[in-house]
Amino acid sequence: MSDMIDTESTRGPTSSVDPVDSARPAPGDEGMWTARVRGAAVRALPPGKLLPDRQPSYVASWVYVFGILSFSAFVVILVTGVVLILRGPSWWHESRTGLFFNSIHLWGVELFFFFMVLHLWGKFFMAAWRGKRALTWMTGVVTFAVSIGAAFTGYLSQQNFDSQWISTQAKDGLNAAGVGAFFNVLNFGQMLLWHVLLLPIAVGVLIGIHLLLVRRRGVVRPFPVPVGRHTSTDRAAARGEALSTEGADR
Amino acid sequence: MLGALVDLSHPGHYLHWGFIQLSVANFVVIVLMIVVFVAAVAIPFRSGGRHR
Repeated sequence: MSDMIDTESTRGPTSSVDPVDSARPAPGDEGMWTARVRGAAVRALPPGKLLPDRQPSYVASWVYVFGILSFSAFVVILVTGVVLILRGPSWWHESRTGLFFNSIHLWGVELFFFFMVLHLWGKFFMAAWRGKRALTWMTGVVTFAVSIGAAFTGYLSQQNFDSQWISTQAKDGLNAAGVGAFFNVLNFGQMLLWHVLLLPIAVGVLIGIHLLLVRRRGVVRPFPVPVGRHTSTDRAAARGEALSTEGADR
Repeated sequence: MLGALVDLSHPGHYLHWGFIQLSVANFVVIVLMIVVFVAAVAIPFRSGGRHR
């Protein structure tokens, strides 16, 4: 049996094979769709760019922390949401542990929006769409909009007077906006399924695309500081340290 | 079971500025966000030298 094992493929991380080189197709296989997709993926996001060890010096600011804090809150929401799905409504309404997870889920959402708004403010004031980063900005904005829908359907799924009040008010609002034919916010089952399936998938996919775009284009550099006001970015530039990321500023 | 830190058994408090109507809870969150944002810009970040 042991002679059937390919020893090259079992060496693991000690192997000296370059991952970029290993992505190249064998002669004659260049036209296969797998080779073309793999080549395009590696060219767009080589491993060193996908998960870099170091960041540009100007990233050393608390303003750059809000994005990952938003993502961390999203992970908490997903994990607690899965636990709530597994145990069901009677558990999250009646047991102490269920109420605890329900509360963690709610406060995860509060922190998610808190940090996402701060992330949005920071990126807006540094015009983070510069340097071919428009798609990164747009996926962030769309993620924010879809997240509002996810939170809204969550409030509708509370099964209490608050959710009844919100749904009847929202019904009038959505009808006035002309989209009432697509959503029946008084239909609890429909709203619960939007909340636990469609919208989380949409937010998760959008966040994934957003993060890959951030890695592809790099983090936007700050605006130049007027002469006489020295910052850590200026001092790094004076030392000749690399500041550039993918994409030129406009 | 512990009760809520704030007594929730009454209508919420609201602020009114002309046509603007805002709950005290939302106002507190907005002020907190502004405070955290200003602090993030003003407070130095200890990078630990892991930058280039």
